[in-house]
Amino acid sequence: MSIEVRNVTKHFGDFGALKNVSLEVRTGELVALLGPSGSGKTTLLRIIAGLEVPDPGEGLILLNGEDVTVRHAGSRQVGFVFQHYALFRHMTVFENVAFGLRVRPARQRPSKTEIRQRVMRLLKLVQLDWLADRYPGQLSGGQRQRVALARALAIEPKLLLLDEPFGALDARIREELRRWLRRLHDELHVTSVFVTHDQEEALEVADRVVIMNEGRIEQTGTPEEVFHHPASEFVIEFLGHVNIFHGRIEGDKAIFGPLEVEYSDSPTDVVLPARGLVRPYHFDLALEAGGKPGFRATILHINAAAPQVKIELLSDTGQSVHVELPHDRYHELGLAVSQTVFVTPREINVFVDNRAAAVPA
Amino acid sequence: MQIGQLANATRQARLPDRATTEPLWVRILLTSMAMGFVGLFLLVPLAAVFSQALAKGIDAYFGALAHADALAAIRLTLLTAAIAVPLNLVFGIAASWAIAKFEFVGKSVLITLIDLPFAVSPVVSGVIYVILFGMQGYFGPWLSRHNVEIIFAVPGIILATVFVTFPFVARELIPLMQAQGTEEEEAAVSLGASGWQTFFRVTLPNIKWGLLYGVILCNARAMGEFGAVSVVSGHVRGVTNTMPLHVEILYNEYNFVGAFAVASLLACLALVTLALKSLAEWRFKQQLAEESVERGPSYEY
Repeated sequence: MSIEVRNVTKHFGDFGALKNVSLEVRTGELVALLGPSGSGKTTLLRIIAGLEVPDPGEGLILLNGEDVTVRHAGSRQVGFVFQHYALFRHMTVFENVAFGLRVRPARQRPSKTEIRQRVMRLLKLVQLDWLADRYPGQLSGGQRQRVALARALAIEPKLLLLDEPFGALDARIREELRRWLRRLHDELHVTSVFVTHDQEEALEVADRVVIMNEGRIEQTGTPEEVFHHPASEFVIEFLGHVNIFHGRIEGDKAIFGPLEVEYSDSPTDVVLPARGLVRPYHFDLALEAGGKPGFRATILHINAAAPQVKIELLSDTGQSVHVELPHDRYHELGLAVSQTVFVTPREINVFVDNRAAAVPA
Repeated sequence: MQIGQLANATRQARLPDRATTEPLWVRILLTSMAMGFVGLFLLVPLAAVFSQALAKGIDAYFGALAHADALAAIRLTLLTAAIAVPLNLVFGIAASWAIAKFEFVGKSVLITLIDLPFAVSPVVSGVIYVILFGMQGYFGPWLSRHNVEIIFAVPGIILATVFVTFPFVARELIPLMQAQGTEEEEAAVSLGASGWQTFFRVTLPNIKWGLLYGVILCNARAMGEFGAVSVVSGHVRGVTNTMPLHVEILYNEYNFVGAFAVASLLACLALVTLALKSLAEWRFKQQLAEESVERGPSYEY
């Protein structure tokens, strides 16, 4: 089922949770809504499910091209998985999964044996058929989440919505479950939207990532697009550690203290304030100045117990800089604390009034 | 030397014990004070009720209970409870459902009003009904023209009882439902359940122990209420006397066996209530404990 969200706004009292948001999801896609707390991602998901209603006005929700903005949540054929599972605590796992089938009007309700078969098939799918007679209170977090997923799938939804599905689990189980979710999606091909604040989770699992901030969509794209071509400062900062340099644009140059790079996109000849953003792994270190743009800095701290060597430096102008180097390069240079080195960026993202341009340095 | 070491060792072994408890004589004193108090003010009166009721033998006891006025009082008390408790059950569920699961204007006023019957003296609540519906009251003349009797009749007793027992169910359910939040209901709705299905299959099973607890308390009060009912009843023997009122009348007539026989029934009711209450309370506490462990914060926007 395709989703179209058109110009939706939502307020809770004075708080604007969503500000004129539009979004399209194609049939069969797995889309992540990614953003920090309060960015509106859960509200958007709940509006698609029909658990919240957008502010009256021009906002529309279309499912398969049909306007469902004011249609009751129960008739949207949407499976919803809640962050805290929301399992019915007084029912067994089996009864939880069977619930959506049992509450159907008599004419559409499957027979008892059919319900039994379908529920057991779903429990096998989530690998929990051996726990059918347990109560939710007796399960671990990961098991509860899988029961919640089976329960949502039991009504054969055309659309699966997951609110922070792995938010309350510990790191190892999260990783396991998100890979499992991806495989499950490839098997079932149900259009799915999930909310997360974990960029790794979004980039690893989703076909497309929607990055939200303060009730607005900052960028939409494939994981590769948003990772390599971030559209805004917010996106680049949200997607990982970054070093920020404050400076200015002068003519065809961007100047950040000792660091100068070509910048041909300047609108006028006037001087504009600008920021340069560099990922830690986009830096190289050298023992001598080599003609490339760069600056001098002193090594403060080295952590080699990581996939990449993490080096913390202080530039001569007093800015703290974080650099990640491959171990080979680190050993080749023979770096040590309080040594003075030259720092050169391979790639720098320059922002003037939030306009982006990636500049190879 | 050896003895000194031994004493030292014993003291050390006993030290952790001493750090957390009081000396023996303090414990004995406190425990016996508490037990003495309970005995003097609860057990002795309870025993007195039964011994007075049975003072002239078992035949006199059952004779007093089988008296037409006593039977009428028992019937009226049961009738009153049978109407007041279900009414307040429905009201209590509706009010706590509204308060716990929805946001609306006037919510805090409603919460305050629910507590009103606890705040005023029962006699005052009785007088309010007399002022409203009595012959000299606001609606009295209109009611008597239409041949409706409320004050000094059964409807008045029921109204006063409903008013006095109003908060019991709602008070129990509001905190429980607030703790449970709305996620399970939302899950039910998104799975296609109707409003009634959501209520009977999800909400009601989740609150059953709290609800039972509230109903038990409500029932005990409905059967035992004296003040408010006394004002509106008129004390017509065999017609508007409830059990507590009947006990008072018999006692004032020096009919001790009759008074204590009826009183013993009320005492039995109290004992049954206590037993049921502690059972419900136990289950309810278990559930609340599970709740606070299981529930994380509610969703963020």
